[in-house]
Amino acid sequence: MPSRQYQLTTRMIKILKYSFYDLMRSRWSYVYFLFYLLLGFVLLFLNNELSKAVITLMNVIIVLVPLIGTIFGVMYYYNSKEFTELLLAQPIKRSSIFLGQYFGVAGSLTMSLVLGLGIPFALYGLFESNAIWDFSLLLITGAFLTLIFTAVAFNIALSNENRIKGFGYAVLAWLFLAVIYDGLFLMSLIVFEEYPLDSFSLVATMFNPIDLSRTLILLKLDISALLGYTGAIFKQFFGTNFGLVMSICMLLLWTIIPVWRLSYVAKRKDF
Amino acid sequence: MIHVESLHKKFGKNEVLAGLELDIDQGGIFAILGPNGSGKTTLIKTILGMVIPNKGTISVMDLKIKNKWRYRQDINYLPQIANFPGNLKVKELIAMIKDIRQKPSDEKKLISLFGLEPFLDKKLSNLSGGTKQKVNIVLTFMFDSPLIILDEPTNGLDPLSMIRLKELISEEKAQGKTFLITSHIMQFVEEVSDEIVYLLEGEIYFKGSIAELKTKTGQTNFEHAIAAISTHNKND
Repeated sequence: MPSRQYQLTTRMIKILKYSFYDLMRSRWSYVYFLFYLLLGFVLLFLNNELSKAVITLMNVIIVLVPLIGTIFGVMYYYNSKEFTELLLAQPIKRSSIFLGQYFGVAGSLTMSLVLGLGIPFALYGLFESNAIWDFSLLLITGAFLTLIFTAVAFNIALSNENRIKGFGYAVLAWLFLAVIYDGLFLMSLIVFEEYPLDSFSLVATMFNPIDLSRTLILLKLDISALLGYTGAIFKQFFGTNFGLVMSICMLLLWTIIPVWRLSYVAKRKDF
Repeated sequence: MIHVESLHKKFGKNEVLAGLELDIDQGGIFAILGPNGSGKTTLIKTILGMVIPNKGTISVMDLKIKNKWRYRQDINYLPQIANFPGNLKVKELIAMIKDIRQKPSDEKKLISLFGLEPFLDKKLSNLSGGTKQKVNIVLTFMFDSPLIILDEPTNGLDPLSMIRLKELISEEKAQGKTFLITSHIMQFVEEVSDEIVYLLEGEIYFKGSIAELKTKTGQTNFEHAIAAISTHNKND
């Protein structure tokens, strides 16, 4: 008789596998993969320089990855409602069902991203270049953003029976973190101009996964001079190992908290 | 087999189960009846752990089911609405459920019984309602479990499949299995069930055999007896 923990894990992996294959079979996964493949090739040919391509790529990834994670997450949750109900009557723990589906979606999206961008860059000769670390950091933050925004989307969908509302809230959440947050941040910098704002900006950056990812990559690329005085402060913080560890911890927290809530809410919900 | 104690469930302000008490012994077919919205499906879903009660306890085979999932290994459940993931093929769905349950199964016999061979390679979204219900029945009956719960099993079935379903139920019953069945087709209920559990406003209003029900209401026809028990209460 296999141990309890083992059985639990294998059942979750099974759900993960089915969700993953289910998505891999859908047209949209290919579109997403091909988009990155194309983007990678075009950027490399237009820029002819790896580090510049990485910057352009960053600007695309930082906005697009969260958006796709959000939309796929919400859509997958609502579309697999029947599948979920079928599974709920089977001998599987609830959290295994939802976590399995979540990791299936986030996993397939991450794979599209990593393969779609990885292939053109590898062909271009990434492994002999210095940009490999910048590029890896780009992919790592991209993976984190996928995990975070898919988890947020699953949470929103789980709490909203009404699909239209759920979809609306999810897109609003993305819009807030990708656009509105920065606007508020900038406005507060202008309004409170006369006060020392170093720690405020640091904290505000830490609390938004998109800003955090952007700052991490920019500083890694060593173009923080462009950021002026704040850049220097940021460099002092994020440039150190402590800053890097703190940032990764924040991204981890941003992943763990929604995933934890997902399994907490799923356990108490009626179907 | 099943023991339910003072079960309460509210959806918002709507009280669906109000202190329901129920004992189901092992073996035999129990029909859960009641008007629309009397809490039949909610009762079934709480037993399956899909709906979580506000108060009360449920034991299945002497085991309290709260926060448990392993006991579902011993339950076969036929849901009311046969909605399946649309982009799966019928045989993939069967393989998937087998993979999840990890139990011996005899789906081959059932597939030929309901004539589903031509549909095995079709996607579930392309099947008619009746065919989906047949797939649903195959998924439910292919495992050997002591408790079988059927929510409106006759939905969309043609007369031949209906006969097959009844045969299947009596075969399984002969092996000493316990059935919980809900249905609005009184003729079907009268034919298959041993005992009636009548739900009204979230409580058990009547529990006993069909003969007892007829004596209680003074009716000779089962359908009229059920109708009488509903109106009887309204006049109280």
